[in-house]
Amino acid sequence: MAKELIKGNTAVAEAAIRAGLEAYFGYPITPQTELLEHLSARMPELGRPFVQAESELGAINMVYGAACTGKRVMTSSSSPGVSLMMEGISYIAGTELPAVLVDVVRGGPGLGNIAPAQNDYNQIVHGGGHGDYHMIVLAPASVQEAVDLTVLAFDLAEQYRMIVVVLMDGSIGQMMEPAELPPMQPLKTEIPEWAVRGKQGGEKRVLTSINLDPPAQEVMNLRVMKRWQEVEKNEVRYKGYFLDDAEYVVVGFGTAGRISLSAVRAAREKGIKVGLLRPITVAPFPKEILDELTKQVKAFLVIEMNAGQMLEDVRLVVAGRKPVEFYGRMGGVVPFPDEVYDEIVRLTEGPLTTEGHPKDRWLSKLTEIIG
Amino acid sequence: MVLTDRPATIYYERPEALETRITHYCPGCTHGVAHRLVAEVLEEMGEVENTIGVASVGCSVFAYYYFDIDFVEAAHGRAPAMATGIKRVYPERTVFTYQGDGDLASIGMGEIVHAAARGEKITVIFINNANYGMTGGQMAPTTLVGQKTTSSPTGRDVSRQGYPIQTAELLATLEGAAYVVRRSLHTSREVRRAKQAIRTAFEVQKHGLGFSLVELLSTCPTNWGMTPADAREWLGNNMTQVFPLGDYKISPAVADLKI
Repeated sequence: MAKELIKGNTAVAEAAIRAGLEAYFGYPITPQTELLEHLSARMPELGRPFVQAESELGAINMVYGAACTGKRVMTSSSSPGVSLMMEGISYIAGTELPAVLVDVVRGGPGLGNIAPAQNDYNQIVHGGGHGDYHMIVLAPASVQEAVDLTVLAFDLAEQYRMIVVVLMDGSIGQMMEPAELPPMQPLKTEIPEWAVRGKQGGEKRVLTSINLDPPAQEVMNLRVMKRWQEVEKNEVRYKGYFLDDAEYVVVGFGTAGRISLSAVRAAREKGIKVGLLRPITVAPFPKEILDELTKQVKAFLVIEMNAGQMLEDVRLVVAGRKPVEFYGRMGGVVPFPDEVYDEIVRLTEGPLTTEGHPKDRWLSKLTEIIG
Repeated sequence: MVLTDRPATIYYERPEALETRITHYCPGCTHGVAHRLVAEVLEEMGEVENTIGVASVGCSVFAYYYFDIDFVEAAHGRAPAMATGIKRVYPERTVFTYQGDGDLASIGMGEIVHAAARGEKITVIFINNANYGMTGGQMAPTTLVGQKTTSSPTGRDVSRQGYPIQTAELLATLEGAAYVVRRSLHTSREVRRAKQAIRTAFEVQKHGLGFSLVELLSTCPTNWGMTPADAREWLGNNMTQVFPLGDYKISPAVADLKI
C-alpha cells in the first residue's frame, strides 16, 4: 500500500480498524479526539460498535464488558482521562482480559494543558490502578511506528491476555506524516474458550476480578507475574542508533527519543562518539541492552518530556556503575534538539560523577534555563 | 391414613437457571426472591442459554454463584457500562444487570442515566432496600428521611444529608427508557406483580424496544434490625410512601407489546 500524508491520531484509528477492531468506546479529550472522531464515522460504516461514552469511566467499563466477549476492543484517551480509567484498567487486568488503550499524553498534573508530554510514564508503566499487574507499553516515535505498534498491540493483548498501551504524546497524535497503513484484516472468527457468550448449551462461564480467599488471589497474582516474566523474556523491543562504538549513550523514548536522534546525529558530525537507545517497549523495559551498554560506555544521558520518570528505570539497571545524567522538559514543553546537543557536549566535557542524584543537578540547571 | 399412589402434582420447583448451592443472603432478605423471579422469567422465555448477566458490587456481588448463566462482575456502579459493551458486541443476546441502590443510584448514577438515555437494549433489575447492605447498613441515596443507619445514627437529617432519590421517576424522564416500573417484594401479591414486570422488561429487550428497568423494593432485616416479618411490614408502611409502586414509563411501543 502507498504512503499517505496522515495525522497520527487518525492513522492509529484506521490502523486499529484494519487490525480487526470490533468495538470502540471512548470520550473526547484533546489531544486525542481525532482518533474518536475517525472511528465515529468508520466503525458504523463497517457495522461495528462505536459508543461515545458518558465519561472515561464509562468508556473503560464498556471496554471491560466488550473484552469479556473475547473480541478485539479498544479505547483511547489522554492523561487526565486515563487517570479516570485507572479503576477499569485494574479490573481488566484483574480479570486477565485483552484490551488495547491508546494514551495520547499531554502536560500535567491536573488539567494541565494540551501540549505534548511524557508525564504518564509512571502511571502507565508502574501502575496507577490498584493491585499487582503489568501492562505492555509500546512507545512510538513517529506516525508510521504508531500505526505499526497499534497493529502489534492487538496481537500481544490476545497472546498474553493483557492490556497493551500505545503510549504516544500529543505531537505524534497531532502531527501529519507520510505513513503506510496496514492491509485490512478480516475480523476474527474464533472466540477464545474463556469468553462469555451465553451458555449456548455448554457450561456457564464467569468472568470476575474478585477473589475473596487471599491464598486463591495469590495464586492468580503468581500466574500474572509469571506471565509478565514471559513478556519480559520475549517482547522487549528497542531501537539502537550509532551504538557500536558509542562512548556516550542517550536514552529516550517516543518523541524525546526522536528529538535526541537529531542531537546525536549533530554530535556525530562533530566527531563525538555518541549513540541513542530508544526503548520501543518501555514495559517490558530493555534492561539487557542497557546492561551491556553500561559495560561499554563512559556515561548515559536520559532525555524525557517529564521530570525523570523513566530515569529511575535506567538508574536501576546502570546501578551506579556509570554516571547517568538527566535532562527533561516538563508540563508540555518540548525540548529542542539544540538543548539535547548541549547536554551531550556537557557530558563529554565532564566532570562526571556517580554521586548524588542526576535530577538534583538537572533541576538546578533548569532553574537558569526557564528563569 | 393411607398413602395414595396418585402421582404428585409439582407446583413449586427450583428453576434450572438457578444453581443448587445455598446462598449467602441473610434470612428474610428478598434477594433470593428476586433471583428466583429473574431465573423463572428467563427460563419461561427460553433465554437461559442466550443470556449474559452483569453482577454489581454489594450483597449481590456473588449473584453468578446462584444463576446458572454466563456472568461477568462489574466494578462498583459500572454494570450498565459493562452491559453496554457486551450488548453492543452481542445485540442478539439477552444482557441484564442486577444492581443495588448504593451501586446504581449513588456511585453508578452516571452510568445508569446514560445507559437509559442511549436507549441501551439491556434490562436492569434494581434492588432498593434503602441502605448499603454488604458494608453493614450505611445510609444509601434511597434511605428514607429520618431512617437510622450506621452512618446516619440519629436518622437521615435532610439539612445535612439531603433527600432520597426516586430512581424510577428520574429515569422515566429519559426518552431512551422504554419501560421503567417500580414493584415490591413484601407480599406474595406484589411478588407476582414483580414477576410480570420482570417478564415485560425482558420482552422489551428481546423485541429491541429500548432500555428497561424494574425497581424492586426489598427488605434488609439484618441491617434494619428487624425480624423478616417486621421488615416486610416496615417496607409496606414506609418505603411505599416514598417510593410509590407503579408504572413510570411505558413507551407506546411497549404498550403495544403482546406477551
